[in-house]
Amino acid sequence: MPTDQTPGSIPGHENNGGVPRIQFEDVVKRFGSTTVLDNLNFNVGRGERVTLIGPSGSGKTTILRLLMTLEHLTDGYIWVDGDPLTHARQDGKRVELKSKQVAQVRKRIGMVFQQFNLFPHLTVLENITLAPREVRRMPKKEAEEIAMRMLERVKIPEQAHKYPGQLSGGQQQRVAIARALAMQPKVMLFDEPTSALDPEMIKEVLDVMEELADSGMTMIVVSHAPRRP
Amino acid sequence: MWDTSLFIETLPVLIGAFLKITLVVTVLSSILSALLGLVWAIALRELPAWAAAPLRFVLDFIRMTPLPVHLLVIYYAFNNLSPMTVGVLVFGVHYSTYMAESYRAGIDSIRKGQWEAATALSLPASRTWRAVILPQAIRNTLPSLGNWAIAMFKDTPFLIFISVPEMVTEARQFGGQHFSYVEAMTVAGLLFLVASYPTAVLMRKLEKKLAY
Amino acid sequence: MAEFFSDLGTVLLRLLGDGLTATLAAFAGGAVLMVIVAVLLGVAEHQGPGWLQVIARVIVELFRGTSLVVQLFFIFYVIPTFTGFDLGSTWTAIVALGLNYGAYGAEVVRGSLNAVPAGQWETTTALSMPWLTKMRRVIWPQAWALMLPGFNNLMVMLVKGTAVVGLVLLADLTFEAEQLRRQVGTWPAFIGAMLIYYVIALVVSTIMRIMERRAPRRLGLGDFEIAQARKQADEALAGAATPLDTGTGPADLVPAPRRPGGGDA
Repeated sequence: MPTDQTPGSIPGHENNGGVPRIQFEDVVKRFGSTTVLDNLNFNVGRGERVTLIGPSGSGKTTILRLLMTLEHLTDGYIWVDGDPLTHARQDGKRVELKSKQVAQVRKRIGMVFQQFNLFPHLTVLENITLAPREVRRMPKKEAEEIAMRMLERVKIPEQAHKYPGQLSGGQQQRVAIARALAMQPKVMLFDEPTSALDPEMIKEVLDVMEELADSGMTMIVVSHAPRRP
Repeated sequence: MWDTSLFIETLPVLIGAFLKITLVVTVLSSILSALLGLVWAIALRELPAWAAAPLRFVLDFIRMTPLPVHLLVIYYAFNNLSPMTVGVLVFGVHYSTYMAESYRAGIDSIRKGQWEAATALSLPASRTWRAVILPQAIRNTLPSLGNWAIAMFKDTPFLIFISVPEMVTEARQFGGQHFSYVEAMTVAGLLFLVASYPTAVLMRKLEKKLAY
Repeated sequence: MAEFFSDLGTVLLRLLGDGLTATLAAFAGGAVLMVIVAVLLGVAEHQGPGWLQVIARVIVELFRGTSLVVQLFFIFYVIPTFTGFDLGSTWTAIVALGLNYGAYGAEVVRGSLNAVPAGQWETTTALSMPWLTKMRRVIWPQAWALMLPGFNNLMVMLVKGTAVVGLVLLADLTFEAEQLRRQVGTWPAFIGAMLIYYVIALVVSTIMRIMERRAPRRLGLGDFEIAQARKQADEALAGAATPLDTGTGPADLVPAPRRPGGGDA
C-alpha cells in the first residue's frame, strides 16, 4: 500500500499549487468478500512520479485498474484534475456517472500494460493512430504525424510499418508507450512495464520512461522491485 | 462384377451433378451459414439475458436435431420453393448454428488484454468490435469455417430426401438403371475423397499461416 | 392452435411406437460398433507397427473423407452383389453408422492417447511393462477420461445420423414422420419427430456428462486435464482444426496432443 505523497515535494517539479492530478478519496475496493483497498486516500500532484511497490496482492495493480475504469469502485471517489471520474457527489449523495462522462475524463489518462496488448493485426503506425482518429476524430495525416513524433520519442521510427509480431519485446513495449502518448494524456500509468521483458531489453524501456519523467509527465508506476526511476 | 465401361460411363453424369448441384449448394450454403453464424454469435454475446436465452434454445434445438428432418419440414411446408432453394436455406441455417459456436470460440480466444487496451484508449464499443475484435476473431475462426464447409459438403447427399438430383441420387439411379451399383458408388466415393481430402489439408496449412 | 397440439400428441404417440424402435436400434448398435471400431483403429494408429498404422490411417481417412450416405449405399447395394450376403436394413444401418462414426472416434482415441502425459509412457518403459499391462493398467484408464468429451459429441451426432437409415428402408422416426405427414399435416409430424430426437440427444448427452464427471475421480486425474479435454472437445466441435490431424472433418474431435502440465503416477 502506498504511503501518502505530499504534493510538490519533488524538487524541480513545482505543483501548480492547485488541483492535484489524481485524487483518491475514501476509495474502497472489494472482490467478493476480500477487501483489497480499504478507505484509501492519496493525491498525485502535477508532474509527480509515483512508484507503487509491494508484494503481490497488495492492491497496487488494482489502484491502476480502478483509475483506468477496468475495475468498478466499490465505494469512494476518484478525481482527475478535480473532475469526478466514475462517481460524483450530487445533493450529498454518491452518484454513478454515465459512460460518456466517464470516457471524457478517462481520456486524460494513458496506460501501459505488462503484456503490451498491441493489436496484432495492425501495423505499428496503425496501432498508434487508431485511437486518435476514432476517439479524437483526428484526420489521418495529422494522426500519422503525431504518431511518427511519438515513435521518434521512443526511438523506433523505422518500425512504423512493421507488425507487432515482428518486433522484440522491448520494441513492442515502446510502441505501447507511444500509443498511449499519442492520445496526449495528462497522466501515464505503468503496470509492471518491464516484468514481461527479457533482461537485456529492460533498459531501453526504462530509458524511455525516464525521458518521459524528465519532461514533466505525471506518472504512476507499479513495480515488483525497486528500480530506477 | 465390375464393369469398367460402366465406370467410365458414370463419370460425366456424376461429375456433372457434382458441379451443378453439390458444389453450388455447398458454396451458397457455406456463405449463408458463415454470415448467419456471425450474427448469432454477436447476438448471443450482446443481447440481454432475457433475449439471448430463447435464441440459444432455438439454436441448440436446431443443432441437435437431424438435418433430413429439417429438409423435409421446410420442403413440405413451403412447397412453392424449389428443392434446391430449400436445400441451400436449410443447410445454411443448420450449419450457421455450428458456425456460431466457432465464432464464439474465436471471439473468446482473443486475450482479455485486447479489450483492456481498447478501453485504455477510450475506444467506444462499436469501434472496439469493428477495428480490434472482429478482424482477429474472423481470422481465428476461418479454419473452422473451412472445416464446417467440408462437413456440409459431405452432407449434401441428404438432399436425396427432397428429390434434388445431386451426385449420390444420380449414382443410385444410374446403378438401378444398369443393375450394378458398384461402379457408380465408387465414382461417387472417389469424387468425395478427391474434393474433400486436399481441401482439408489446405485448411490445415491455412490455419498455420493465419496464426500470429 | 389447439388442433396443432392435439395433432402433435397423436404424432408423438404413433412415432413413439413405430419409428422409435428402429431409431433406437440403429443408434444403440451403431454406438457399440462405433466404440469398438474407434478403439481398434485408434490404438492401431497410435501404437501399431508402421504398416498397421498406415492401414489404419487409410481406413480412417476413407471413411471420414467420403459421405455417410455413400457408405450406406455401398453396404446396402454393393456388398450383397459381391458376397451374396444380405445384411438387411437394420444391420446395414448399424454397420454403416458404426464404421463412419467409428472412424471419427478413432481420431478421438488417438488424440487422447497422445494427451496422456509423456511421463506416464516413459515410466512404464522404465519399469519394463509389457504392452498389454501398460495399456490396461496405466495408459488406458487415463486416456479414457480424456476421450469422453469427444465421444459425447460423437454420440449426439450419431443420434442425428440415424435419420438417414430411411434411405435403406428402415422405418425410423424420420420415415414414420413422413408417412404421418399426410394424416396430421407437415408441422405436427416433423416437430413431433424433432422433439423426440432432441430428447434422445439430451438423454444421451446427460449420461455421457455424468460419465465424464465420474471418470476422473476414480483415476486420480486432475480437474485441469479433464477441463482441458472438455474444452478441446468443444473447440474441436466448434470446428477448430487441430495441428496433428490431417483429417477431413470438422468433427476432428481430437483433444489436441498437448501434454497437460502433468503429474506422474
